[in-house]
Amino acid sequence: MTLLTFLPLSALIVIFALGVILNRHPIRSALCLAVTLFLLAVMFVFLDAHLVAALQIIVYAGAILVLFLFVIMLLNLEADIPQRRRRNLTIAATAAGLVFAGVALRPFLGSDAGLPGVGMSGPVPDTFGTAAAIGQRLFTHFVLPFEVTSVLLLVAVLGAVVLAKKKIG
Amino acid sequence: MIDVSWTVLLPTLLATGTAFAVLLADLAITGPERDGLGWIGIVGLLATAVATANAWGTNATGFAGTVVLDDYAVYFGLLFCLATILTLLISIDYIGTISLKAGGEYYAITLFAAAGMFLMASSNDLIVFFLGLETMSIAAYVLAGIWRPDLRSSEAAMKYFLLGAFATGFLLFGIALLYGAFETTTLGDIAVGVGSSAGLQRTLALGGMALLLVGFGFKVAAVPFHAWAPDVYEGAPTAVTAFMAAGVKAAGFAVFVRIFMHTLAALSVDWSSVLAVLAVLTMTIGNLSALRQSNIKRMLAYSSVSHAGYLLVGMVAADAAGGAAVLYYLLAYVLMNTGAFAVVVAIGKRGEPNELLDDYDGVGLEHPALGLCMTVFMLSLAGIPAFAGFTGKFYLFSAAVQSGYAWLAVVGVLNSVVSMYYYGGVLMRMFMADPTKSVQGTAHRPYLTATLAVTAAGTVMLGILPSWAYELAADAFASLG
Amino acid sequence: MLIEIVIILVKILAVLGMVMPLAGALGWIERKGSALIHDRIGANRASIYGFAGAGLVNTLVADPLKFATKEDVIPRGADRLLHTIAPCINLFPVLVAFAVLPFGDVLLVGDREINLQIAPLGIGVMYVLAMMSLGVYGVVLGGWASNNRWSLLGGIRGSAQMISYELPMGLAIIAMILTYGTLDLQEMARAQGELIWGWLPAWGIFYQPVAFLILLVAGIAESKRIPFDLPESESELISGYFTEYSGIKHLMFFMTDFVEVIIVSGLVSTLFFGGWQVPYLYSSGFEFPWGASIALPNIAIVLLQIVSFTLKIVFFCWFQIMIRWTIPRFRYDQLMHLGWLGLLPIGFVNIVATAVAILATQSA
Repeated sequence: MTLLTFLPLSALIVIFALGVILNRHPIRSALCLAVTLFLLAVMFVFLDAHLVAALQIIVYAGAILVLFLFVIMLLNLEADIPQRRRRNLTIAATAAGLVFAGVALRPFLGSDAGLPGVGMSGPVPDTFGTAAAIGQRLFTHFVLPFEVTSVLLLVAVLGAVVLAKKKIG
Repeated sequence: MIDVSWTVLLPTLLATGTAFAVLLADLAITGPERDGLGWIGIVGLLATAVATANAWGTNATGFAGTVVLDDYAVYFGLLFCLATILTLLISIDYIGTISLKAGGEYYAITLFAAAGMFLMASSNDLIVFFLGLETMSIAAYVLAGIWRPDLRSSEAAMKYFLLGAFATGFLLFGIALLYGAFETTTLGDIAVGVGSSAGLQRTLALGGMALLLVGFGFKVAAVPFHAWAPDVYEGAPTAVTAFMAAGVKAAGFAVFVRIFMHTLAALSVDWSSVLAVLAVLTMTIGNLSALRQSNIKRMLAYSSVSHAGYLLVGMVAADAAGGAAVLYYLLAYVLMNTGAFAVVVAIGKRGEPNELLDDYDGVGLEHPALGLCMTVFMLSLAGIPAFAGFTGKFYLFSAAVQSGYAWLAVVGVLNSVVSMYYYGGVLMRMFMADPTKSVQGTAHRPYLTATLAVTAAGTVMLGILPSWAYELAADAFASLG
Repeated sequence: MLIEIVIILVKILAVLGMVMPLAGALGWIERKGSALIHDRIGANRASIYGFAGAGLVNTLVADPLKFATKEDVIPRGADRLLHTIAPCINLFPVLVAFAVLPFGDVLLVGDREINLQIAPLGIGVMYVLAMMSLGVYGVVLGGWASNNRWSLLGGIRGSAQMISYELPMGLAIIAMILTYGTLDLQEMARAQGELIWGWLPAWGIFYQPVAFLILLVAGIAESKRIPFDLPESESELISGYFTEYSGIKHLMFFMTDFVEVIIVSGLVSTLFFGGWQVPYLYSSGFEFPWGASIALPNIAIVLLQIVSFTLKIVFFCWFQIMIRWTIPRFRYDQLMHLGWLGLLPIGFVNIVATAVAILATQSA
């Protein structure tokens, strides 16, 4: 992945991410988010992580975002009409955001740190990012997080049923 | 193949197994009485406590060093057992009071939260701790909203979930930056890497540390990340609030202390000053906000926030004395806070939660035992000598003074004086005002009475004989080496 | 470098050249097939100077011309941008999913070996799953952007149905991944060239009949064909989520329906029926189990493989059309029950049984 491919892709991702928060209609925000997730999958492909890219599309863009859209359509949410322009709040928020960005970027632009280079970790072996390699790691080194995740999902399902069921008991 | 060590996972496994047992028994029990499930949970947790205490001094590690059962994990495991058993005891009576229909699931989800807490305490890896944290958090979000007929409960769950998920995002960003800096998620390797980091690696580590600080700030409700605490504590069912204020906060601090005071100790020069500022803000704003509250749950929520501030003072000390003080204070805090919320449950009755301070008028005169318990808890929270709160604050502030943060200790003492106003205010109402409402108190609530007795006795005992617990805490913290 | 790009372009043209006309012809096959089942004549009016070309003039010339020259109507109050891009979003993923379907083994041109698969991705089958997941967006947006509450209803039903049936589809595919040990469809097709017991081609259907049934049913449900056509439900919602689309947009939605039929057929034939495999045909020619063998040049072998693949796809397309005109439509709750309470548990049990069988045969 070179700077030439990284910069336009990142610019697009940032633009669509801004589209998510700046759009007034919730469906358009959700679609911008879908495009952002799809572009993230593209970035994963550039980083040789093919399986993660496919999973990103299947899970995030293809299932979770669809549920977002589903709920927005079911609730028939309309475009948000801002009540009144609160100019002081906008100025204060923008100033705070710029200060935060400056504070966050300053160490990287300082003398001894330097900007992290793109592709600085060197070439990867052929088996990098394949399902076999990930599966190998997942079921040996990361077997405990894998199993705990199943408990976590159980808790989430239990909680969702308890909170949303029509009649309990 | 990685070393699969069952001994190191024993507390988590036992808690999860108990949760499953409760879920299955819930199917078998047909009547509306769900107390049996609570007892299954308590028995399971007692077994977990015995098994955990057995592991003291063994320092077991497993899963390639990502999970450890050192004395630190054992100490917190016992603390979580205590908090959860007390919560379950309160819940058995409380569920009947509010006629909670989802009783079986309530117990199961509480036990799953406990399992997550055990995993958090034993984790020596960023991914494992994150999973434990999420298990506990999601269970807590659900518990906050489990009383469905009450709108405030749903509102509390919504706020807790949204802000908690937001905080989790910060935590993940911090974890990603730390991983990017050191190419490992195991805390031991990160500690080694942090000690010798420079240049870009150090910058990334600092960035990760800052984001982790924000995430943990949310979880322990430190200012300025505390906005969710009053609404969530007020809206959630009171037994759940007791659990959140005691167990969830202690679990948050367990990982907070392990990561910051041990793994990132080499960066202590950077984070201790930030934590000092946060501690001052938290104590002050927590106490000042509690002064103006008229709902006891909100008041206790803000007081919880200020206690997080006192704990942060202990962390600022960044040495063994500070760490031991934090661990000891968490034990004292669990006891007195759970006791205070148990009193709140006792004052309420079916159909009348009686959560306004006005409802406390004269209660001490009508129910002297209840009044005595509340006196113990309020005075302990304020830091009056002979109670656990005093000894805890003593250790915290002396650790701060010894590390050169005398000004912080002074701020802490001043805040304790301020807090006396609202804690004493409750006591004044209970003993010096005319009774306006008839409260149920501890009548027909044997388990609540038991909880009150245990917590009051524990608070008094820790106030008079603190050293055995303090030595335990010191040993636990020292085992983090 | 340039040569390789040219080769890929030729492969793309070949695949699209097979898929798009087939999608058009399927429209006519559907009409005539339904006519045969209903015992009537069917569409027979279009012809050029009396030459009707067995329906090819009808569907490949007359239909697209008709759609292209119709007026494009955007309902008042509809979101113009979404109304315009919804058909594109619908058609894109299903066409792109053909990139991993292998249509032949290896073509030898000079000393260059050309793998007859457009994109030899390591993640093959997951890519198809990803593209099918993206197909839901077209349905959702198509229903939403019409400013028509019955289209919205069709869109909601369609998205619920599609995400419900993605799961059994994934489970069936997982069973096949377990059987072949690879995600790449070309490797799976090649692995089906072996022989069981010396004479039976090792096609997936013999190893995983349950997975075949699950994938077939889930695939038909994903493409919202009858009996799962509640999102469209012609007798209730007219055209469901694409009622308000006219002209080229309607053509794109309509074509997506048929291209999805083709991709499901392609997936089923590749996973379960050997893909491009002809029984007993190897890279040097035929080798029959009774000893006889016929040597063939590489180009003849490749042609046989492509024809075999095409025949299998056409067979399954015909099969799905027959199912359409035979079985009545499922009710919504029946549909959801079948997906969640029927296919999903069967799929899980199938995976566990497959894993146990693989462990048993490996350790033996």
